[in-house]
Amino acid sequence: MTSPSLSVAVSDSERSAWSELAQETLALTRRLFLQLARRPSSLVAGVLQPLIWLILFGALFTNAPDGLLPGGISYGRFLGAGVIVFTAFSGALNAGLPVMFDREFGFLNRLLVAPLRSRSSIVLASVIYITAISLVQSLAIMLTAALLGYGWPGAAGFVLVVATLLLLVFAVTALSLGLAFALPGHIELIAVIFVANLPLLFASTALAPLSFMPGWLGWLAALNPLTFAIEPIRAAYRGPLDLSAVLLEAPYGDVTGTTCLVVLVGLTVGLFLLIRPLLNRKLS
Amino acid sequence: MALIELRNLHKSYGSVNALRDLTLDVPEGCLYGLLGPNGAGKTTAIRIMATLLSPDQGTVTIAGLDALDQPRAVRQALGYVAQEVAIDKILTGRELLQLQGDLYHLKKNVRDERIAELIDRLGMDDWIDRRCGTYSGGMRRRLDLAAGLLHRPKLLVLDEPTVGLDIESRSAIWDLLRRLVHQGTSVLLSSHYLEEVEALADRMAIIDAGTVIAEGSPDELKRRLGGDRVTLRVREFSDQEEAQRVSELIRQVSGVSQVVINRSQGYSLNLVVENEPVIARLRDCLLDVGLPVFALAQSRPSLDDVYLQATGRTLMDAELAVAGQRDVKQERRKAMR
Ligand SMILES: Nc1ncnc2c1ncn2[C@@H]1O[C@H](COP(=O)(O)OP(=O)(O)O)[C@@H](O)[C@H]1O
Ligand SMILES: [Mg+2]
Repeated sequence: MTSPSLSVAVSDSERSAWSELAQETLALTRRLFLQLARRPSSLVAGVLQPLIWLILFGALFTNAPDGLLPGGISYGRFLGAGVIVFTAFSGALNAGLPVMFDREFGFLNRLLVAPLRSRSSIVLASVIYITAISLVQSLAIMLTAALLGYGWPGAAGFVLVVATLLLLVFAVTALSLGLAFALPGHIELIAVIFVANLPLLFASTALAPLSFMPGWLGWLAALNPLTFAIEPIRAAYRGPLDLSAVLLEAPYGDVTGTTCLVVLVGLTVGLFLLIRPLLNRKLS
Repeated sequence: MALIELRNLHKSYGSVNALRDLTLDVPEGCLYGLLGPNGAGKTTAIRIMATLLSPDQGTVTIAGLDALDQPRAVRQALGYVAQEVAIDKILTGRELLQLQGDLYHLKKNVRDERIAELIDRLGMDDWIDRRCGTYSGGMRRRLDLAAGLLHRPKLLVLDEPTVGLDIESRSAIWDLLRRLVHQGTSVLLSSHYLEEVEALADRMAIIDAGTVIAEGSPDELKRRLGGDRVTLRVREFSDQEEAQRVSELIRQVSGVSQVVINRSQGYSLNLVVENEPVIARLRDCLLDVGLPVFALAQSRPSLDDVYLQATGRTLMDAELAVAGQRDVKQERRKAMR
């Protein structure tokens, strides 16, 4: 009689632990979306900037000689993958801002006084929110690129694009959240975001292939995480999916699609492990 | 067992010792006042109770739970209203309460019922669906109070809940706190207004420089000082000579102490009498030498006298001494997670 009811009680409390975790995470995520709904300018700006890049930059080399780019594609097509990745990247780079404001204005204390099941829900809410935003922004760019005639990946290609973007967004979100807890205030965080943004774009294969670059820049670009996201997406736009194909002839050796994804996974895991002690300390 | 037991707490911020061996027992079911001037360590002690801060030394037990070992259970048992209200300006008051309810894992229907009830109870109906950014100080406080009460904690802890509020908001909050205690919630509040503690508290502690310097019911504390304060005039305006003569005379009466001639008040005499019969003896003594008693005002010692006795300065002086010395911005930056 007693033992079954005991086991029911245990699984009940386990279930309630999960449902409580879901409840608090959902509530925190809802808050972020409410803020966004009432201050949509950041969402709009996050799409507008890459959109302008795509339209202006894409048109810049319209009359460049044929066959300039590897595979003989137009510059607009080449650029598309870079701008999509840049959109997701700069969106995710903002992940830490709401957390930073909560630290500064003491709202975080309100969360920490509550009997949260796990304080990871605070981090989790930020990840869910920023992932959704970044993907929506990237999707808007993909649609625009398609309208501009820069193509659309196939179904398998689309899955690869989304998977690649997700990995990049997770990694950058981890970085940004880490910074949000490590830096003293939002001014510093915004400065870092501002400074990191464009150089990382320029020192990648977003705007030009490695073969255009001087050796030193080629090295930088071939080590830049953005490049590891750009190349698989560019490949997905180019044609049938082959992850074992060489996507990048880097100075240190050939890089395949699989390598790119492995690097991104490694980066994401590495960054989350790196920031974990910091988050544990700050949220304890 | 006491509801809150703080034992030998020490806490320092760099070279500032905010708490020095603070020990405090707060019994269940009462409204407990923590009185002390700015910088006494009230906020530090309260943040430790709310599990936001851990002491450098000492133990914290709340509702029988060790706050350092079982912070989650303590958070569940306690409602906390901070000194500086942190609200999300973009959310409406109702949305903030909904968030709060979800963070305390209330079922949705229970949550919404209680929100409706608190809106009614705290008179927030007219503005609860406006964004918090538009609220006045009093509205924010009330919202914050509602947030602290939403999960029906057995203990509500408020850090200077009425500071900077208009009289109307203040008395609304006082009323609510009294009703809460009446209904069985224990309340601890800090204040640097002695009127507030005097008006509300069943029991209280005075803290100064991070330690408790007096503890008891307000009446007890005052009684412990011994004797009532008396102001005596033998006629409307005496001269110095007469005042001197009278003061020498009444010093002889047993039970009279601390006789002071108050020059600025027409040479009236301030003194302390041990108990009621002393007053009669005093009158008799004056009557014997044919002196009239023009006025005799008797007053109980105030909490300020209690503070004065323990520290050698008035609360007002202590308040003025730190005014402008604390860099609140810097403290907030340092306290940031
Ligand atoms: N974060 C902080 N950094 C440095 N000093 C602090 C900090 N918080 C409080 N203090 C100092 O600790 C002492 C106690 O402060 P506090 O607990 O806020 O007192 P109260 O709430 O009674 O005004 C004061 O001297 C104050 O200046
Ligand atoms: Mg304080």
